[in-house]
Amino acid sequence: MSAVEVPAPPAAAVLRAEHVTKEFGGLVAVEDVSLDVPQYSIVSLIGPNGAGKTTLFNVLTGLNRPTKGTILLGERDITRKRADVITASGVARTFQNIRLFGAMTAVENVMIGRNARMRAGLFGSIIRPPWVRREEQETRTRARELLAYVGLREAVFDRLAAHLSYGDQRRVEIARALASEPKVLLLDEPTAGMNPQESRALTEFMRKVRDELKLTILLIEHDMKVVMGVSERVTVLDYGRKIAEGAPAEVRAHPRVIEAYLGKQE
Amino acid sequence: MNELRAQLREWRDAVHKRLPPWWSRPLAGLFIVIGIVLPFLFPPASGFMNATIIAVAYAVMSLGLNVVVGFAGLLDLGYVAFYALGAYSLGWFGSGFFFNEHVHVLVSPVASTLPGIHLNFILILIAAAIICAVAGTLIGLPTLRLRGDYIAIVTLAFGEVIGVLAVNGQSVPVGGGMTLTAGNLGISAVDAPYFPGVGVFGLLDLRPWYWLIFAILLVVLFVNLRLRDSRLGRAWVALREDEVAAVSMGIPAVKTKLLAYSIGAAFGGMAGAFLGTYYTEVNAGQFQFGFSIFILAMVIIGGLGSIWGALVGGLALGYINHYLIPDVLNDLPAKFGLHFQLTQVEFGIFGFLLVIMMVLRPQGLIPERRRRLELTAEIAAEDAQLVEGRGTVGGAT
Repeated sequence: MSAVEVPAPPAAAVLRAEHVTKEFGGLVAVEDVSLDVPQYSIVSLIGPNGAGKTTLFNVLTGLNRPTKGTILLGERDITRKRADVITASGVARTFQNIRLFGAMTAVENVMIGRNARMRAGLFGSIIRPPWVRREEQETRTRARELLAYVGLREAVFDRLAAHLSYGDQRRVEIARALASEPKVLLLDEPTAGMNPQESRALTEFMRKVRDELKLTILLIEHDMKVVMGVSERVTVLDYGRKIAEGAPAEVRAHPRVIEAYLGKQE
Repeated sequence: MNELRAQLREWRDAVHKRLPPWWSRPLAGLFIVIGIVLPFLFPPASGFMNATIIAVAYAVMSLGLNVVVGFAGLLDLGYVAFYALGAYSLGWFGSGFFFNEHVHVLVSPVASTLPGIHLNFILILIAAAIICAVAGTLIGLPTLRLRGDYIAIVTLAFGEVIGVLAVNGQSVPVGGGMTLTAGNLGISAVDAPYFPGVGVFGLLDLRPWYWLIFAILLVVLFVNLRLRDSRLGRAWVALREDEVAAVSMGIPAVKTKLLAYSIGAAFGGMAGAFLGTYYTEVNAGQFQFGFSIFILAMVIIGGLGSIWGALVGGLALGYINHYLIPDVLNDLPAKFGLHFQLTQVEFGIFGFLLVIMMVLRPQGLIPERRRRLELTAEIAAEDAQLVEGRGTVGGAT
């Protein structure tokens, strides 16, 4: 704590990466990337395939430890924390290739998301005192609410996740992430495999979630319509480096971005 | 065959619909009563009673291993280590083996005059559970960071290490001329369980032994059922399904796996302590690698991850091993003019059974609900594909 209290700017960064580098052996997947995600904003991370977007997500959520750099969640340094600790402190994510627990029902999947918010331990689970029963009941109710919230039909709530349609699986995955009551929600290509109408609906949904649940969204996205439509800020990665950053319109006009996507003009 | 299966399923669903929602409680009560009354139907010291007691003890181990392998998906090939540690807990705390010590807690009047450590069997049971849980934690802490096959290799080695330690423990001094184990000579003259009012358990009346292990089984079953439908049980399934996703959802992988491993270990230890006193000796020769596989076979034949499956698998292999093969069918080869006894080929028989099971019913005798749902859905999808395929072929011709 510094002696002089600096008043926080109106949009303080809730998630901040400072000079993050991630190397796998000799390969540098992410190089010296700094990123600010202001509170209650929607920020997009874009870039060509292999630009290091998902690796950056993995570093932010603790699945990979950064080689260099610092990651802050609010004031808290979460750089080398375990993934489950980071989730518990308020960062939730979805995966590019949906990773639901196939042998569990939709409701159970979402209940797993609340794991970090539950307290029942070994003996609590065995003896099952009233507070554990209540907690279990509340978790189940909350899971069903969240599934309804993301727009899943009630008829499939108790169906195994593996048997759900692709779109429903995406919904369940978002509900599962929301169940952990995150401050920051990281979505890895949420519109992959969706048709334009579905993408538009999801864009609307992201705004709604942000406003109603008071959270911050960082998303990786390839669909430029979605990116331009929903995000307040855009960060562009190419070959692991940040090549541009700013408002969507600025970024779109940025020569390095055009070069990265379309190649250099001869 | 498929029609028959569909018909059976229909009947089952119809029965389920007619039963009131609380039907499982009276049913459980009924089974418990049957379990308690059962020994009155047989002579108190018959071979069948003996087999029943051992089979129930095996079921306890099978339920313990089911938590590790079935629930949490950690392939443990060294489960015999916990049988050994449980049995040695009994040897150490319930016999004259540590002859320089004089500790007596709630034991029979005869035992309290003997040298050595003599604790009441319930205390030994708790001690065995704790020792095994601690050992499980110690071995699990460094190894459960590994995944899949590597865990199997390390647990396999752990089982072997404990087995060798049991044999060579007779040369490990623990002070005062006493050693850690008695190796292949065995710690003999261990205390039989004693309870005030009941007296010392004898080998002429096996009923008290049965009731004791039946009570242990009920406790283990209860813990299994409660854990399956809890936060912890869900976390195990999630880790088994997709560790990366589970960790990203806030499940601490190592801690959650450790709990599964230690609980499984504790159950193995309890069964080990019981079998130690029932066999009246703790011999290093009992703790072979084959026994780990034997328990694993119970879990798999019963249905991986299924509590009732593990129970049935444990009982079935227990009865086959200790009643059917040695008592009932042992002379079968002789009747065909062959010069061997069935007990000599018992592992061959188990291997054969396992292969038959894997071919005819890979999901086990009583498959877990999740796996059953998965399998039936897969079969339905395959059927749909076949029908579709036939349709296009038909259309082409």
